[in-house]
Amino acid sequence: MAIDKESQGFTFLFSIIMVVVVATVLSLAAMGLKGPQDENMKQEKMQNILGSLQIEVSREEARLTFGDFVKKRLILNYKGEVTSESEGAIKSLAADGKAAFEADAFNLDIKKQFRDKSKPDSERRYPLFICEKEGSKYYVIPLIGTGLWGPIWGFVALEGDMNTVFGATFDHKTETPGLGAEINQGWFENPFIGDKIFDESGEFVSIKVIKGGTTPDNLHGVDAITGGTITSNGVSSMLENTLKVYVPYFKNNSDIASI
Amino acid sequence: MSTEVKEVVEVIKEPSEPLFSKKNRTLLTDPLDDSNPITVQVLGICSALAITVQVKQAVVMSISVLAVMIGGNLIISLLRNTIPSRIRIIVQLVVVASLVILVDQVLKAYVYDVSKALSVFVGLIITNCIIMGRLEAFALANKPWPSILDAIGNAAGYAWILIAVAVVRELLGSGTLMGFTIIPSAVFDFGYMNNNLMILPPMALITVGVIIWVQRSRNTKLFEEH
Repeated sequence: MAIDKESQGFTFLFSIIMVVVVATVLSLAAMGLKGPQDENMKQEKMQNILGSLQIEVSREEARLTFGDFVKKRLILNYKGEVTSESEGAIKSLAADGKAAFEADAFNLDIKKQFRDKSKPDSERRYPLFICEKEGSKYYVIPLIGTGLWGPIWGFVALEGDMNTVFGATFDHKTETPGLGAEINQGWFENPFIGDKIFDESGEFVSIKVIKGGTTPDNLHGVDAITGGTITSNGVSSMLENTLKVYVPYFKNNSDIASI
Repeated sequence: MSTEVKEVVEVIKEPSEPLFSKKNRTLLTDPLDDSNPITVQVLGICSALAITVQVKQAVVMSISVLAVMIGGNLIISLLRNTIPSRIRIIVQLVVVASLVILVDQVLKAYVYDVSKALSVFVGLIITNCIIMGRLEAFALANKPWPSILDAIGNAAGYAWILIAVAVVRELLGSGTLMGFTIIPSAVFDFGYMNNNLMILPPMALITVGVIIWVQRSRNTKLFEEH
Protein backbone atom coordinates (compact mmCIF):
# COMPACT_ATOMS: atom_id res chain seq x y z
CA MET A 1 0.00 0.00 0.00
CA ALA A 2 1.63 3.12 -1.22
CA ILE A 3 -1.08 5.41 0.10
CA ASP A 4 -0.33 7.19 3.33
CA LYS A 5 -3.69 7.29 5.00
CA GLU A 6 -2.71 10.13 7.30
CA SER A 7 -1.72 12.39 4.40
CA GLN A 8 -3.57 15.56 3.59
CA GLY A 9 -4.53 14.32 0.13
CA PHE A 10 -5.97 11.04 1.31
CA THR A 11 -8.02 12.78 3.97
CA PHE A 12 -9.58 15.02 1.34
CA LEU A 13 -10.15 12.11 -1.02
CA PHE A 14 -11.75 10.08 1.74
CA SER A 15 -14.08 12.94 2.72
CA ILE A 16 -15.12 13.57 -0.87
CA ILE A 17 -15.90 9.92 -1.54
CA MET A 18 -17.75 9.62 1.76
CA VAL A 19 -19.93 12.65 1.10
CA VAL A 20 -20.80 11.50 -2.41
CA VAL A 21 -21.64 7.97 -1.28
CA VAL A 22 -23.75 9.16 1.65
CA ALA A 23 -25.57 11.75 -0.44
CA THR A 24 -26.34 9.17 -3.13
CA VAL A 25 -27.63 6.59 -0.67
CA LEU A 26 -29.79 9.09 1.19
CA SER A 27 -31.30 10.67 -1.91
CA LEU A 28 -32.05 7.25 -3.39
CA ALA A 29 -33.74 6.25 -0.14
CA ALA A 30 -35.71 9.49 0.04
CA MET A 31 -36.86 9.18 -3.58
CA GLY A 32 -37.64 5.50 -3.32
CA LEU A 33 -39.68 5.88 -0.16
CA LYS A 34 -41.49 9.09 -1.08
CA GLY A 35 -44.44 7.28 -2.65
CA PRO A 36 -45.44 5.23 0.40
CA GLN A 37 -44.72 8.17 2.70
CA ASP A 38 -46.97 10.60 0.84
CA GLU A 39 -49.66 7.95 0.64
CA ASN A 40 -49.44 7.47 4.42
CA MET A 41 -49.84 11.18 5.01
CA LYS A 42 -52.78 11.39 2.64
CA GLN A 43 -54.46 8.46 4.35
CA GLU A 44 -53.83 9.99 7.73
CA LYS A 45 -55.46 13.23 6.63
CA MET A 46 -58.50 11.27 5.45
CA GLN A 47 -58.54 9.36 8.73
CA ASN A 48 -58.45 12.64 10.68
CA ILE A 49 -61.25 14.18 8.62
CA LEU A 50 -63.40 11.10 9.16
CA GLY A 51 -62.38 11.13 12.84
CA SER A 52 -63.84 14.60 13.25
CA LEU A 53 -67.10 13.17 11.90
CA GLN A 54 -66.94 10.57 14.69
CA ILE A 55 -66.10 7.80 12.25
CA GLU A 56 -63.33 5.67 13.72
CA VAL A 57 -61.50 3.81 10.97
CA SER A 58 -58.00 2.58 10.38
CA ARG A 59 -55.81 4.42 7.90
CA GLU A 60 -56.39 1.75 5.29
CA GLU A 61 -60.20 1.89 5.65
CA ALA A 62 -60.09 5.68 5.60
CA ARG A 63 -58.84 5.59 2.03
CA LEU A 64 -61.71 3.33 0.97
CA THR A 65 -64.57 5.05 2.78
CA PHE A 66 -63.46 8.69 2.45
CA GLY A 67 -65.56 9.31 -0.65
CA ASP A 68 -68.70 7.87 0.99
CA PHE A 69 -68.78 10.65 3.56
CA VAL A 70 -66.93 13.61 2.09
CA LYS A 71 -69.15 14.79 -0.73
CA LYS A 72 -67.73 18.14 -1.81
CA ARG A 73 -64.37 19.78 -1.38
CA LEU A 74 -64.53 23.58 -1.62
CA ILE A 75 -61.89 26.24 -1.76
CA LEU A 76 -63.00 29.58 -0.33
CA ASN A 77 -61.51 33.04 -0.61
CA TYR A 78 -61.35 35.58 2.20
CA LYS A 79 -64.83 36.91 1.37
CA GLY A 80 -66.27 33.46 1.87
CA GLU A 81 -66.92 32.90 -1.82
CA VAL A 82 -66.35 29.50 -3.35
CA THR A 83 -63.54 29.66 -5.88
CA SER A 84 -63.40 26.00 -6.80
CA GLU A 85 -65.25 22.83 -6.09
CA SER A 86 -64.16 19.20 -6.43
CA GLU A 87 -66.01 15.94 -6.11
CA GLY A 88 -65.22 12.27 -6.41
CA ALA A 89 -61.71 10.87 -6.20
CA ILE A 90 -58.89 13.00 -4.82
CA LYS A 91 -57.03 14.62 -7.70
CA SER A 92 -53.40 13.70 -7.97
CA LEU A 93 -50.63 15.68 -9.59
CA ALA A 94 -49.56 12.77 -11.77
CA ALA A 95 -52.97 11.67 -13.06
CA ASP A 96 -55.00 14.87 -13.30
CA GLY A 97 -52.47 17.61 -14.01
CA LYS A 98 -51.46 20.69 -12.07
CA ALA A 99 -54.64 22.73 -12.52
CA ALA A 100 -56.98 20.00 -11.25
CA PHE A 101 -54.54 19.13 -8.45
CA GLU A 102 -54.45 22.69 -7.18
CA ALA A 103 -58.18 23.16 -7.49
CA ASP A 104 -58.79 20.25 -5.14
CA ALA A 105 -59.21 21.52 -1.58
CA PHE A 106 -57.76 18.29 -0.25
CA ASN A 107 -54.38 19.18 -1.70
CA LEU A 108 -54.35 22.75 -0.43
CA ASP A 109 -51.47 23.35 1.95
CA ILE A 110 -53.16 25.38 4.67
CA LYS A 111 -49.88 26.05 6.40
CA LYS A 112 -48.98 28.39 3.55
CA GLN A 113 -52.38 30.05 3.58
CA PHE A 114 -52.21 30.97 7.26
CA ARG A 115 -48.51 31.43 7.88
CA ASP A 116 -47.27 33.25 4.79
CA LYS A 117 -47.21 36.85 6.00
CA SER A 118 -46.36 38.29 2.58
CA LYS A 119 -49.54 36.97 1.04
CA PRO A 120 -52.30 39.57 0.73
CA ASP A 121 -55.66 38.53 2.19
CA SER A 122 -57.25 38.51 -1.25
CA GLU A 123 -54.93 35.69 -2.34
CA ARG A 124 -55.47 33.43 0.62
CA ARG A 125 -57.53 30.32 0.01
CA TYR A 126 -59.18 28.14 2.61
CA PRO A 127 -60.42 24.56 2.20
CA LEU A 128 -63.81 23.39 3.41
CA PHE A 129 -65.13 19.85 3.24
CA ILE A 130 -68.85 19.29 2.95
CA CYS A 131 -69.70 15.88 4.33
CA GLU A 132 -72.74 13.74 4.74
CA LYS A 133 -73.29 11.15 7.43
CA GLU A 134 -76.58 9.34 8.05
CA GLY A 135 -78.48 11.92 6.01
CA SER A 136 -77.17 14.98 7.84
CA LYS A 137 -74.84 17.58 6.45
CA TYR A 138 -71.59 18.50 8.16
CA TYR A 139 -68.86 21.03 7.47
CA VAL A 140 -65.29 19.94 8.21
CA ILE A 141 -62.66 22.65 8.66
CA PRO A 142 -58.94 21.94 8.84
CA LEU A 143 -57.12 23.76 11.64
CA ILE A 144 -53.50 24.74 12.04
CA GLY A 145 -51.70 26.41 14.89
CA THR A 146 -48.70 26.42 17.17
CA GLY A 147 -48.21 24.47 20.37
CA LEU A 148 -45.32 24.62 22.81
CA TRP A 149 -42.61 22.94 20.76
CA GLY A 150 -43.95 22.82 17.24
CA PRO A 151 -47.01 22.81 15.02
CA ILE A 152 -50.38 21.50 16.10
CA TRP A 153 -53.27 20.84 13.76
CA GLY A 154 -56.68 19.30 13.66
CA PHE A 155 -60.10 19.10 12.08
CA VAL A 156 -63.38 20.35 13.44
CA ALA A 157 -66.74 19.18 12.11
CA LEU A 158 -69.67 21.56 12.42
CA GLU A 159 -73.28 20.49 12.19
CA GLY A 160 -75.64 21.70 9.48
CA ASP A 161 -76.32 24.91 11.46
CA MET A 162 -72.63 25.86 10.92
CA ASN A 163 -72.43 26.58 14.61
CA THR A 164 -72.57 23.46 16.76
CA VAL A 165 -69.43 21.30 16.93
CA PHE A 166 -70.14 17.72 15.91
CA GLY A 167 -66.63 16.49 16.53
CA ALA A 168 -63.03 17.60 16.70
CA THR A 169 -59.68 15.89 16.30
CA PHE A 170 -56.32 17.36 17.13
CA ASP A 171 -52.79 16.25 16.58
CA HIS A 172 -49.33 17.58 17.14
CA LYS A 173 -45.77 17.03 16.08
CA THR A 174 -43.67 17.36 19.20
CA GLU A 175 -45.77 18.29 22.23
CA THR A 176 -44.67 16.98 25.63
CA PRO A 177 -45.73 13.33 26.08
CA GLY A 178 -48.25 12.97 28.88
CA LEU A 179 -48.99 16.69 28.95
CA GLY A 180 -49.51 18.75 25.79
CA ALA A 181 -49.42 15.59 23.68
CA GLU A 182 -52.73 14.59 25.25
CA ILE A 183 -54.59 16.92 22.87
CA ASN A 184 -54.95 13.99 20.47
CA GLN A 185 -56.71 11.90 23.11
CA GLY A 186 -60.46 11.39 23.26
CA TRP A 187 -60.84 12.85 26.77
CA PHE A 188 -59.63 16.20 25.49
CA GLU A 189 -61.39 16.10 22.11
CA ASN A 190 -64.81 14.85 23.19
CA PRO A 191 -65.81 17.84 25.39
CA PHE A 192 -65.78 19.98 22.22
CA ILE A 193 -68.86 18.13 20.98
CA GLY A 194 -71.99 20.23 21.31
CA ASP A 195 -70.10 23.48 21.88
CA LYS A 196 -70.96 26.45 19.69
CA ILE A 197 -68.70 28.85 17.84
CA PHE A 198 -71.25 31.70 17.64
CA ASP A 199 -73.00 33.24 20.64
CA GLU A 200 -76.76 33.88 20.87
CA SER A 201 -76.50 37.21 19.08
CA GLY A 202 -74.67 35.61 16.16
CA GLU A 203 -71.26 36.99 17.03
CA PHE A 204 -68.25 34.75 16.39
CA VAL A 205 -66.73 33.82 19.77
CA SER A 206 -64.86 30.58 18.96
CA ILE A 207 -64.25 27.97 21.65
CA LYS A 208 -61.74 28.61 24.41
CA VAL A 209 -59.64 26.03 26.21
CA ILE A 210 -59.99 27.24 29.80
CA LYS A 211 -57.31 26.77 32.43
CA GLY A 212 -58.79 25.68 35.72
CA GLY A 213 -61.79 24.08 34.04
CA THR A 214 -65.04 25.25 32.53
CA THR A 215 -68.61 24.95 33.68
CA PRO A 216 -70.86 22.35 32.03
CA ASP A 217 -73.27 25.02 30.74
CA ASN A 218 -70.51 27.03 29.03
CA LEU A 219 -71.01 26.39 25.33
CA HIS A 220 -67.81 28.19 24.33
CA GLY A 221 -65.23 26.53 26.55
CA VAL A 222 -63.61 23.19 27.37
CA ASP A 223 -61.20 22.06 30.08
CA ALA A 224 -57.49 22.72 29.54
CA ILE A 225 -54.77 20.17 30.22
CA THR A 226 -53.03 20.46 33.59
CA GLY A 227 -49.34 21.02 32.94
CA GLY A 228 -50.01 21.64 29.26
CA THR A 229 -50.99 25.31 29.48
CA ILE A 230 -49.10 26.54 26.43
CA THR A 231 -50.38 23.72 24.23
CA SER A 232 -53.91 24.35 25.53
CA ASN A 233 -53.63 28.05 24.76
CA GLY A 234 -52.27 27.05 21.34
CA VAL A 235 -55.46 25.07 20.69
CA SER A 236 -57.54 28.09 21.73
CA SER A 237 -55.82 30.48 19.38
CA MET A 238 -55.72 27.86 16.61
CA LEU A 239 -59.51 27.52 16.80
CA GLU A 240 -60.02 31.26 16.91
CA ASN A 241 -57.62 32.12 14.07
CA THR A 242 -58.64 29.34 11.77
CA LEU A 243 -62.39 29.39 12.27
CA LYS A 244 -62.60 33.16 11.96
CA VAL A 245 -61.75 33.11 8.25
CA TYR A 246 -64.79 30.92 7.57
CA VAL A 247 -67.20 33.33 9.27
CA PRO A 248 -68.00 35.22 6.03
CA TYR A 249 -68.91 31.96 4.32
CA PHE A 250 -71.13 30.91 7.22
CA LYS A 251 -72.82 34.32 7.31
CA ASN A 252 -73.43 34.19 3.55
CA ASN A 253 -74.87 30.73 3.66
CA SER A 254 -77.05 30.58 6.74
CA ASP A 255 -79.01 32.77 9.08
CA ILE A 256 -76.91 32.18 12.14
CA ALA A 257 -78.33 35.20 13.88
CA SER A 258 -81.57 33.33 14.36
CA ILE A 259 -79.95 30.40 16.18
CA MET B 1 2.47 2.84 16.00
CA SER B 2 -0.59 1.66 17.77
CA THR B 3 -1.98 0.20 14.58
CA GLU B 4 1.03 -2.06 14.19
CA VAL B 5 0.55 -3.52 17.65
CA LYS B 6 -3.11 -4.12 16.93
CA GLU B 7 -2.42 -5.96 13.71
CA VAL B 8 0.02 -8.29 15.42
CA VAL B 9 -2.59 -9.20 18.01
CA GLU B 10 -5.11 -9.91 15.31
CA VAL B 11 -2.82 -12.19 13.41
CA ILE B 12 -2.21 -14.29 16.48
CA LYS B 13 -5.83 -14.86 17.43
CA GLU B 14 -7.24 -15.08 13.93
CA PRO B 15 -6.94 -18.75 13.00
CA SER B 16 -8.73 -20.47 15.86
CA GLU B 17 -11.30 -18.03 17.15
CA PRO B 18 -14.80 -19.62 17.17
CA LEU B 19 -17.79 -17.37 16.49
CA PHE B 20 -18.99 -17.52 20.08
CA SER B 21 -15.76 -17.86 21.97
CA LYS B 22 -15.73 -16.95 25.64
CA LYS B 23 -14.28 -13.58 24.75
CA ASN B 24 -17.00 -12.92 22.20
CA ARG B 25 -19.68 -13.98 24.64
CA THR B 26 -18.51 -11.43 27.18
CA LEU B 27 -18.96 -8.78 24.49
CA LEU B 28 -22.65 -9.65 24.60
CA THR B 29 -23.09 -10.12 28.33
CA ASP B 30 -20.79 -7.49 29.82
CA PRO B 31 -22.84 -4.47 28.74
CA LEU B 32 -25.93 -6.00 30.36
CA ASP B 33 -24.47 -5.61 33.82
CA ASP B 34 -20.77 -4.98 34.52
CA SER B 35 -20.32 -2.26 31.93
CA ASN B 36 -23.89 -1.25 31.27
CA PRO B 37 -23.92 1.83 29.05
CA ILE B 38 -26.53 3.66 31.10
CA THR B 39 -25.94 2.66 34.70
CA VAL B 40 -22.16 2.18 34.70
CA GLN B 41 -20.84 4.27 31.82
CA VAL B 42 -23.66 6.81 32.28
CA LEU B 43 -24.10 7.33 28.53
CA GLY B 44 -27.37 7.82 26.66
CA ILE B 45 -29.05 9.28 29.75
CA CYS B 46 -30.92 11.92 27.74
CA SER B 47 -33.04 9.45 25.81
CA ALA B 48 -33.50 7.33 28.93
CA LEU B 49 -35.18 10.32 30.52
CA ALA B 50 -37.14 11.47 27.50
CA ILE B 51 -38.84 8.38 26.13
CA THR B 52 -39.51 6.20 29.14
CA VAL B 53 -42.99 7.54 29.78
CA GLN B 54 -44.51 4.66 27.83
CA VAL B 55 -43.20 1.12 27.37
CA LYS B 56 -44.08 1.01 23.68
CA GLN B 57 -41.90 4.01 22.88
CA ALA B 58 -39.06 2.52 24.87
CA VAL B 59 -39.31 -0.75 22.94
CA VAL B 60 -39.34 0.87 19.50
CA MET B 61 -36.54 3.21 20.52
CA SER B 62 -34.47 0.23 21.65
CA ILE B 63 -35.02 -1.56 18.35
CA SER B 64 -34.08 1.54 16.39
CA VAL B 65 -30.93 2.03 18.45
CA LEU B 66 -30.07 -1.64 17.90
CA ALA B 67 -30.40 -1.24 14.13
CA VAL B 68 -28.34 1.95 14.00
CA MET B 69 -25.72 0.53 16.31
CA ILE B 70 -25.21 -2.71 14.39
CA GLY B 71 -25.03 -0.79 11.12
CA GLY B 72 -22.68 1.83 12.51
CA ASN B 73 -20.36 -0.60 14.25
CA LEU B 74 -20.21 -2.81 11.16
CA ILE B 75 -19.46 0.02 8.72
CA ILE B 76 -16.85 1.67 10.94
CA SER B 77 -15.25 -1.68 11.66
CA LEU B 78 -15.01 -2.49 7.94
CA LEU B 79 -13.50 0.93 7.22
CA ARG B 80 -11.29 1.00 10.32
CA ASN B 81 -8.04 0.64 8.37
CA THR B 82 -9.01 3.28 5.82
CA ILE B 83 -10.43 6.09 7.94
CA PRO B 84 -7.87 8.88 8.41
CA SER B 85 -7.58 9.28 12.16
CA ARG B 86 -7.78 13.07 12.02
CA ILE B 87 -11.32 13.04 10.68
CA ARG B 88 -12.53 9.85 12.34
CA ILE B 89 -15.08 11.58 14.60
CA ILE B 90 -16.62 13.34 11.61
CA VAL B 91 -16.76 10.05 9.71
CA GLN B 92 -18.46 8.38 12.66
CA LEU B 93 -20.95 11.20 12.92
CA VAL B 94 -21.76 11.04 9.21
CA VAL B 95 -22.25 7.27 9.35
CA VAL B 96 -24.54 7.47 12.38
CA ALA B 97 -26.51 10.42 11.05
CA SER B 98 -27.07 8.73 7.67
CA LEU B 99 -28.19 5.51 9.30
CA VAL B 100 -30.60 7.37 11.55
CA ILE B 101 -32.09 9.22 8.59
CA LEU B 102 -32.48 5.91 6.76
CA VAL B 103 -34.21 4.33 9.78
CA ASP B 104 -36.48 7.37 10.08
CA GLN B 105 -37.42 7.25 6.38
CA VAL B 106 -38.11 3.52 6.47
CA LEU B 107 -40.25 3.86 9.60
CA LYS B 108 -42.21 6.70 7.94
CA ALA B 109 -42.84 4.64 4.84
CA TYR B 110 -43.70 1.26 6.31
CA VAL B 111 -44.63 1.64 9.99
CA TYR B 112 -46.07 5.12 9.90
CA ASP B 113 -47.92 4.84 13.21
CA VAL B 114 -44.81 3.82 15.12
CA SER B 115 -42.84 6.58 13.46
CA LYS B 116 -45.46 9.06 14.61
CA ALA B 117 -45.28 7.76 18.17
CA LEU B 118 -41.51 8.19 18.24
CA SER B 119 -41.58 11.55 16.47
CA VAL B 120 -38.45 13.52 17.35
CA PHE B 121 -36.81 10.75 19.30
CA VAL B 122 -35.68 8.91 16.18
CA GLY B 123 -33.66 11.95 15.19
CA LEU B 124 -32.26 12.09 18.69
CA ILE B 125 -30.60 8.70 18.20
CA ILE B 126 -27.87 10.66 16.41
CA THR B 127 -26.97 12.34 19.66
CA ASN B 128 -27.07 9.10 21.64
CA CYS B 129 -23.63 9.01 23.22
CA ILE B 130 -23.62 5.21 23.43
CA ILE B 131 -23.44 4.84 19.67
CA MET B 132 -20.57 7.27 19.14
CA GLY B 133 -18.91 5.87 22.23
CA ARG B 134 -18.95 2.31 20.91
CA LEU B 135 -17.79 3.37 17.44
CA GLU B 136 -14.85 5.23 18.88
CA ALA B 137 -13.98 2.80 21.65
CA PHE B 138 -14.63 -0.52 19.98
CA ALA B 139 -15.49 -0.67 16.28
CA LEU B 140 -12.52 1.47 15.27
CA ALA B 141 -10.13 -1.12 16.70
CA ASN B 142 -11.90 -4.42 16.20
CA LYS B 143 -12.99 -6.75 13.42
CA PRO B 144 -16.55 -6.74 12.07
CA TRP B 145 -17.91 -9.80 13.89
CA PRO B 146 -16.86 -8.76 17.41
CA SER B 147 -18.11 -5.26 16.57
CA ILE B 148 -21.55 -6.62 15.72
CA LEU B 149 -21.64 -8.57 18.99
CA ASP B 150 -20.54 -5.48 20.87
CA ALA B 151 -23.32 -3.48 19.20
CA ILE B 152 -25.94 -6.07 20.12
CA GLY B 153 -24.64 -6.31 23.68
CA ASN B 154 -24.64 -2.57 24.26
CA ALA B 155 -28.00 -2.04 22.59
CA ALA B 156 -29.44 -4.78 24.82
CA GLY B 157 -27.86 -3.23 27.89
CA TYR B 158 -29.43 0.09 26.89
CA ALA B 159 -32.76 -1.55 26.09
CA TRP B 160 -33.34 -3.37 29.36
CA ILE B 161 -32.71 -0.27 31.46
CA LEU B 162 -34.96 1.76 29.19
CA ILE B 163 -37.76 -0.78 29.36
CA ALA B 164 -37.38 -1.28 33.12
CA VAL B 165 -37.66 2.45 33.72
CA ALA B 166 -40.58 2.70 31.29
CA VAL B 167 -42.47 -0.11 33.05
CA VAL B 168 -42.14 1.65 36.41
CA ARG B 169 -43.10 5.02 35.00
CA GLU B 170 -46.02 3.89 32.86
CA LEU B 171 -47.45 1.62 35.57
CA LEU B 172 -47.29 4.20 38.35
CA GLY B 173 -47.81 7.27 36.17
CA SER B 174 -50.65 6.13 33.92
CA GLY B 175 -51.74 2.77 35.36
CA THR B 176 -51.11 1.06 32.02
CA LEU B 177 -48.50 -1.10 30.29
CA MET B 178 -48.02 -0.99 26.52
CA GLY B 179 -51.20 1.10 26.53
CA PHE B 180 -53.32 -1.59 28.24
CA THR B 181 -54.90 -0.73 31.55
CA ILE B 182 -53.30 -2.77 34.31
CA ILE B 183 -54.54 -1.17 37.49
CA PRO B 184 -58.27 -1.96 37.80
CA SER B 185 -60.70 0.88 38.26
CA ALA B 186 -61.77 -0.64 41.60
CA VAL B 187 -58.41 0.42 43.03
CA PHE B 188 -59.06 3.98 41.93
CA ASP B 189 -62.41 3.86 43.77
CA PHE B 190 -60.47 3.33 47.00
CA GLY B 191 -58.70 6.60 46.47
CA TYR B 192 -55.62 5.41 44.56
CA MET B 193 -54.35 7.95 42.09
CA ASN B 194 -51.86 7.90 39.22
CA ASN B 195 -48.69 9.63 40.22
CA ASN B 196 -48.29 12.51 37.79
CA LEU B 197 -44.74 13.08 38.98
CA MET B 198 -43.85 9.75 37.35
CA ILE B 199 -44.62 11.20 33.93
CA LEU B 200 -42.18 14.06 34.44
CA PRO B 201 -38.46 13.65 33.61
CA PRO B 202 -37.14 13.92 37.21
CA MET B 203 -38.71 10.59 38.11
CA ALA B 204 -36.83 8.91 35.26
CA LEU B 205 -33.61 10.17 36.77
CA ILE B 206 -34.62 8.91 40.20
CA THR B 207 -35.70 5.53 38.78
CA VAL B 208 -32.38 5.16 36.97
CA GLY B 209 -30.69 6.16 40.22
CA VAL B 210 -32.52 3.41 42.10
CA ILE B 211 -31.47 0.86 39.46
CA ILE B 212 -27.85 2.00 39.79
CA TRP B 213 -28.10 1.74 43.58
CA VAL B 214 -29.49 -1.80 43.44
CA GLN B 215 -26.90 -2.83 40.86
CA ARG B 216 -23.99 -1.39 42.78
CA SER B 217 -25.01 -2.97 46.03
CA ARG B 218 -25.17 -6.48 44.61
CA ASN B 219 -22.48 -6.48 41.90
CA THR B 220 -19.15 -6.85 43.73
CA LYS B 221 -17.15 -5.76 40.67
CA LEU B 222 -18.64 -2.31 40.89
CA PHE B 223 -17.70 -1.67 44.53
CA GLU B 224 -15.54 1.38 44.74
CA GLU B 225 -12.68 1.66 47.22
CA HIS B 226 -12.27 4.97 48.95
